[in-house]
Amino acid sequence: MLGSIGLTSAEQLFDSIPSELRLKAPLNTPAALSEIELLARFEEMASRNAGANRISFLGAGAYSHYIPTIVDHILTRSEFFTAYTPYQPEISQGTLQTIFEFQTLVCQLTGMEVANASMYDGSTALAEAVLMAERVTKRFKVVASTAVHPQYLDVVRTYVQHAGIDLELISFNEQSGQAAAELTESINEQTAAVVVQSPNFFGCIEDLASFANAAHAKGALLIVAVTEAISLGLLKSPGACGADIVVAEGQSFGVPLSFGGPYVGLFATKEKYARQIPGRLVGEAYDKQGRRGFVLTLATREQHIRREKATSNICTNEGLIALAATVYLETMGRRGMQEVAEQCLQKAAYAARKIQALSGFSLPFSGPRFNEFVVRGPSNAQELLSRLGIEKGIEGGLPLAQFFPERVNDFLVCVTEINTREQIDSLADGLAAVTR
Amino acid sequence: MANVPEDLHYSKDHEWVRVEGNEAVIGITDYAQNSLGDVVYVELPKPGEQFAANESFGSVESVKAVSEVFTPVTGEVTKINESLADEPEKVNADPYGDGWMIRIRMSSSGEVDSLLTAAEYEDFTKAESE
Repeated sequence: MLGSIGLTSAEQLFDSIPSELRLKAPLNTPAALSEIELLARFEEMASRNAGANRISFLGAGAYSHYIPTIVDHILTRSEFFTAYTPYQPEISQGTLQTIFEFQTLVCQLTGMEVANASMYDGSTALAEAVLMAERVTKRFKVVASTAVHPQYLDVVRTYVQHAGIDLELISFNEQSGQAAAELTESINEQTAAVVVQSPNFFGCIEDLASFANAAHAKGALLIVAVTEAISLGLLKSPGACGADIVVAEGQSFGVPLSFGGPYVGLFATKEKYARQIPGRLVGEAYDKQGRRGFVLTLATREQHIRREKATSNICTNEGLIALAATVYLETMGRRGMQEVAEQCLQKAAYAARKIQALSGFSLPFSGPRFNEFVVRGPSNAQELLSRLGIEKGIEGGLPLAQFFPERVNDFLVCVTEINTREQIDSLADGLAAVTR
Repeated sequence: MANVPEDLHYSKDHEWVRVEGNEAVIGITDYAQNSLGDVVYVELPKPGEQFAANESFGSVESVKAVSEVFTPVTGEVTKINESLADEPEKVNADPYGDGWMIRIRMSSSGEVDSLLTAAEYEDFTKAESE
């Protein structure tokens, strides 16, 4: 083969790489192992990953919930696992039906009229919502509360910085931990949208109806982001509060934490804005014989038809992860969702009471909570939590200083249904022990 | 054979213009609606918006494609055909009547003179379809 392309050695194929950059010795890799040896080696390595087995009270956008076994069972069926974008309805009814069910569930949970087939994750869904608000209102100013997840705001900034949209941040209320009254005051006739998160980054529930009224009074839209989608099982839906676009991270619905992804973004809005929605949309249709079926719909919004005038660059959806969310929600049902949410709420309230009672600890925010809350410790939270991890085997929360540098002693605690009373007690005891 | 009324002005982007005083009524031609196929949605601007000649003022969506529509004249939108929101099929059924799209108050009346006459537009579409 070398001869037919005029070379004498395989080395010549690499001649274009400068000699000093080329490796001249064999790669320094260990000898091959048998399968038995290999498994033993990986088990040994995994057992050294002590942090993975710690009791965890981490949340802040990614949540540890129980995943019913059926989710993975359905997910790994090859019909779903290998499915391609369902352009051809005649061979994709199964995939299309699950997406249609997903959209229906998202509408029911958010209280909205139309939902798309999913986005990459909650943060990109929020950025797409901001872009959509600009298309709907033809205005270029967006105001957001700093109690929205800081990483979500970073993603929004990345999306809008060259789109001519001016993103204005309004500091949250330091007493309540909720979006500030200044947020409503900053809305004017140039405002395309107001962005709030509820429960917000600090776990506080926002008064969505008041922001909806303030936004609508000036012709602006209210965008609501939800990072802990389990809260939708208990709280009044954003749609019922007057939201125009609701986006959420769907990871809480049967999707493992898996180091941050892949997750799934939920995106829902009012029917009158359907043509401005980004991404895929599956609709119900009837065939020639009157049988019910499903097809991709309003595809003329999409990039493969509308090119540069498309509503978004997203030409896909998180099909498999959306399926996990669908199976999770259909397994849990309405009552199951309410029960999980109720447990999260009650256990978090119990944890907050226990921690608040500790000497030197307080809860700095007065706003109503769901399953996360900010704790102010007696000393540097980073050091405190690091000791708690090493000495007690507990991940006690997220130090806030990485996002809010002045909040050195503050950390965010999350409690879900998988945290037992014993775990919560050991968190409180552990915090007391490491500050003693 | 496409219908091309004598009393209108035409653009090479297949819009027609009917001059009424200092206002221009604008729509798409019979030839255009026929090439697009069934129109399912018409996106129009808001009254009060300003457009320069040859600027896109909206889009027409048919079952297979989306095409932009351009105003052949400069001016401010005074009225839009709001009924197209619910009945976009009017663009197919009556492109020169009920299927009109916008009215523009022209800021330079001379612009219509540079547009095609009915005869010129007919020749243009013949050449384009050959």
